[in-house]
Amino acid sequence: MCLAVPGKIVEIYEKGGLKMAQVDFGGIFREACLDYVPEAEVNEYCVIHVGFAISLLSEKEAMETLDLLKEISNIETELGPG
Amino acid sequence: MKYVTEYRDAALVKGVIEEIRRTVTRPWTMMEICGGQTHAIVRHGLDQLLPAEIELVHGPGCPVCVTPLELIDKALAIAARPDVIFCSYGDMLRVPGSGRDLFSVKAQGGDVRVVYSPLDAVQIAQQNPDKQVVFFAIGFETTAPPNVMSVLQAQRLGLKNYSILVSHVRVPPAINAILSSPENRVQGFLLAGHVSAVMGYWEYPSLAKKFNVPMVVTGFEPLDIANGILQTVQLLEANKVEIGNAYSRAVTFEGNQPAQKTIGQVFMECDRKWRGIGMIPMSGWCLRPEFDQFNAEKRFDVEAITADESPLCIAGQILQGLKKPNQCSAFGTICHPEHPLGATMVSSEGACAAYYKYGRVEMKDSVPS
Repeated sequence: MCLAVPGKIVEIYEKGGLKMAQVDFGGIFREACLDYVPEAEVNEYCVIHVGFAISLLSEKEAMETLDLLKEISNIETELGPG
Repeated sequence: MKYVTEYRDAALVKGVIEEIRRTVTRPWTMMEICGGQTHAIVRHGLDQLLPAEIELVHGPGCPVCVTPLELIDKALAIAARPDVIFCSYGDMLRVPGSGRDLFSVKAQGGDVRVVYSPLDAVQIAQQNPDKQVVFFAIGFETTAPPNVMSVLQAQRLGLKNYSILVSHVRVPPAINAILSSPENRVQGFLLAGHVSAVMGYWEYPSLAKKFNVPMVVTGFEPLDIANGILQTVQLLEANKVEIGNAYSRAVTFEGNQPAQKTIGQVFMECDRKWRGIGMIPMSGWCLRPEFDQFNAEKRFDVEAITADESPLCIAGQILQGLKKPNQCSAFGTICHPEHPLGATMVSSEGACAAYYKYGRVEMKDSVPS
């Protein structure tokens, strides 16, 4: 039930009183409800769970995490296996 | 795929695991809460790559696995009614009740439909006004916002034929129960990333302090899990009792406020029975009385027909992290995905299913204390 996937919003519209979006999951397109992430805009990424966006993905945090982990890995490469 | 592929980079994962190896000085036992995390760990072989000092025990983060037998039996009774269209997420179909499952009810003519989103069930109710549409609302906190939205949407549309059968469970009371157990060996927690995307992690500092156990919000890709383990090990080695966030691209301290507000509007906390574990106080969510008309348990008068669980099934001990699937005498022999004795072998998030699917079939000795 925690299985949620990042997807890119490509279109936003209203349907049945709900804010909905067409979401691109790397080439597969599905509809998702944006009512819980109303600030999400086209071209932004959300975590989508059972057809609902539950969180907006932060590009800044993503880059910082990756940079930190790359640094940790590089330290390992320079020093060689412990 | 952006936000996915880069977190599956094998070289980076190995680099982080090497850093774990360099950081660890003594044995540590940590638990990952979420079944999705268990699957990722076993699937990518992370448990085998980690240094021997780190033991991962698997938690009860599989809402399908912990749904009580009585509720499954109620679902089966409702689904078998000719006036009902019973809608469910896919992995509930093969969970064994007392002698049968939703799949066999469907095979015998019951109208059981797998849906992707609870809004699909609402649409089915709109399209079938002469039928009762019941949605099996299973889940942890992650699934609560979608499930409650279906109730609000049904209300908005004035539907009289839509109801939900609720089996919602919450993580903080589960952690409290696990850490309170006299047999507990868990020293650190990998918190469920998507539960925390919804709820934030403001509920955990008091728990961490109460039991002196650090906790780190962790995602689901191999690099996320390695990062979560690294941060947990760093906290343990430094004797720091803190909450870390190794999934900061998706999770904030406060979490999703609109979602929390909407959950509170429709649900209230209540006692819940966890299959294999027992009753954990205030560990679940139920519909508020003003939403009684959408409560399938109130709408349908079905007596639960309960038989005992299989005496061979140790799912309860597995869900509490006390035993591993390959320590079960039935694992891989009488109990396997085609013939599951318990929910942990059936659910896509069950530990037994993960071990079976990814080949952890060898019998392991009990872990020395």
